[in-house]
Amino acid sequence: MYRYDQYDQSIVDARVEEFRDQVARRLSGALTEDQFKPLRLMNGLYLQLHAYMLRVAVPYGTLNGRQMRMLASIARKYDRGYGHFTTRQNIQFNWIELADTPDILADLSTVEMHAIQTSGNCIRNISSDQFAGAAADEVTDPRPWAELLRQWSSFHPEFTYLPRKFKFAVIASDEDRAAMRLHDIGIRIVERDGEHGARIFAGGGMGRTPMVSHEIKEFVPLSDLLPYLEACLRVYNRYGRRDNMYKARIKILVNDLGAEEYARQVEEEFAGLKALDLDPPKAEFDRISAYFAPPAFETSLSDDIDRRDPDFAVWLDQNVRTHKQPGYAIATISLKPVGGIPGDATAEQMEVMAALAERYSFDELRVTHSQNVVLPHVRKADLYAVWQTLREAGLAEANLDLISDIIACPGLDYCSLANARSIPVAQKIATRFADQKRQKELGELKLKISGCINACGHHHAGHIGILGVDRKGTENYQLLLGGSGAEDVSLAKITGPGFDEDGIVDAIEKVTDLYLEQRTEGERFVDTYRRIGMPAFKEAIYG
Amino acid sequence: MADLLHYREDGPHEEPAVTLDAFLDQSNATAVRLESDEDARALLPYLDRLTLIEISFPTFKDGRGYSAARILREAGYIGELRAQGDVLVDQIPLMRRCGFDSFHPQAEVDRKALAAALERQEYVYQRAADARQPVWKLRHG
Repeated sequence: MYRYDQYDQSIVDARVEEFRDQVARRLSGALTEDQFKPLRLMNGLYLQLHAYMLRVAVPYGTLNGRQMRMLASIARKYDRGYGHFTTRQNIQFNWIELADTPDILADLSTVEMHAIQTSGNCIRNISSDQFAGAAADEVTDPRPWAELLRQWSSFHPEFTYLPRKFKFAVIASDEDRAAMRLHDIGIRIVERDGEHGARIFAGGGMGRTPMVSHEIKEFVPLSDLLPYLEACLRVYNRYGRRDNMYKARIKILVNDLGAEEYARQVEEEFAGLKALDLDPPKAEFDRISAYFAPPAFETSLSDDIDRRDPDFAVWLDQNVRTHKQPGYAIATISLKPVGGIPGDATAEQMEVMAALAERYSFDELRVTHSQNVVLPHVRKADLYAVWQTLREAGLAEANLDLISDIIACPGLDYCSLANARSIPVAQKIATRFADQKRQKELGELKLKISGCINACGHHHAGHIGILGVDRKGTENYQLLLGGSGAEDVSLAKITGPGFDEDGIVDAIEKVTDLYLEQRTEGERFVDTYRRIGMPAFKEAIYG
Repeated sequence: MADLLHYREDGPHEEPAVTLDAFLDQSNATAVRLESDEDARALLPYLDRLTLIEISFPTFKDGRGYSAARILREAGYIGELRAQGDVLVDQIPLMRRCGFDSFHPQAEVDRKALAAALERQEYVYQRAADARQPVWKLRHG
């Protein structure tokens, strides 16, 4: 994985000192909260309902054991002994003291981490495929491209006060594990005539006005990528709406102009920028790529796995995926224990994951946008030992992509924007469907919960989505069906009137019962929904 | 209005800037003011005879002026480029990178904090409108 050189380290260290100075000015009263707010937000520090929340960047979701141990140490030293992995592959600490934040950032910089641009109206953490470098279906590892974008977007002088936040995702596979089409700009690395380049999609997003992105360019060669993206951002920075923050994302601009007209304006801007020759040479991409060279995989390993322990076999079938290298596998550690808080991990669990990565996965971990953690390169022969350790740590839930593998935002338990709680609903659903056989019978079912229309819990992209709203002072939950953030991207639709907390769990049981009754061979929940349509589901729920 | 901050060899341009409409209507004015929603490219035919372009920042959150500045510098404008309005200390280093070389903030700027902010980052990742070399240039020559 990428390692800082003296320049990267110097930039992050300077940022720590800058923030130390800003916090000191705030604590002394030289800065008002209003003046301080944009500065703290550029460092991922939010003021939530009960305390400050610090969001730490995990670029494209990749981290090593030492970095994970540092997150554990921060959880223990400055928080309440746990952290929360997010849908942008980052981690949040929810109980932070303002005065501690410069020290936390200083601790992070010792392991090449930071909280730069994890909030604010700037280019956010670049997300990517959690199976990058391991997936059998990728044309190349997308992370060198993501790292190139990380550096280009860090403290970009022109794009730090955009109309609104800006999210990139980069993938390089047929399967979309990063919700690429629901990003402000989504990039898919493809191959043409033996050369890799970027297929560019713009104007996707969730929030109050969910939209699937439009393809604006079929192939951008590496040498044109940064000027092309600079052009995309410049058109947005100049013409994105600034009169209404709810209409300020690029999706509104692309929709208002039409994707073709937006693409034409980008081309025009690109022609000017390209001619200026402002961009790094190929040697810089090659330097970055060298850090992502495949680890020293052993060859001629056996693909056999001893399945005699039935509990292990269940986990193996559910949480382990095919690796490109024979003899290896990709193992996903579920952070969704039944009754737990989706995405939370304790300091001790983080240390267990760090130790497993160091011992069994070439010292690499990945955070997924579904709020789980991946050991990307495990020898098949080691899977049983890995599973035993995970089980002791309460991390061996065998529910990847099943109904209890729920994405949920922090909701009204933490968030100052939320209208309703998300966590208790997630817990009730997971508890209702706790039986492993029943979950397995329901198959792939992506359930996503947001506590308000800002959609941090990706409810628009759920096969089943839940949106918490405030109805005359009481929490009310709307049910949505038919969304997907994957390669079969689609936006979920609201079924009808909402429910209370228990009612929504009952409604989910009704729609899953209907699915079991109606499905044909091999159909997932979302396939059946697409085939038979909303009316049948409405009838089952409200009829 | 606070003091003018000026980072040019020549002195600040003293004549008042005219609006873009007034400039395009007449004019032999040499100083023009762009509101944040006005198109900097309207000035491209006249860059040779302009000595001051003032760009308005009605609120610090309105970042359109950063793009306007780069567009003017990319087109070869070498006169004074002034940021006026809600311009905050911690924004000035970024504005310098986009080509601004004078600042007329509406509120007084803490000079000590500004000096520290301008010195703080020894390295930058991108080439922009200033003369700073990006780290990739330092890495590869």
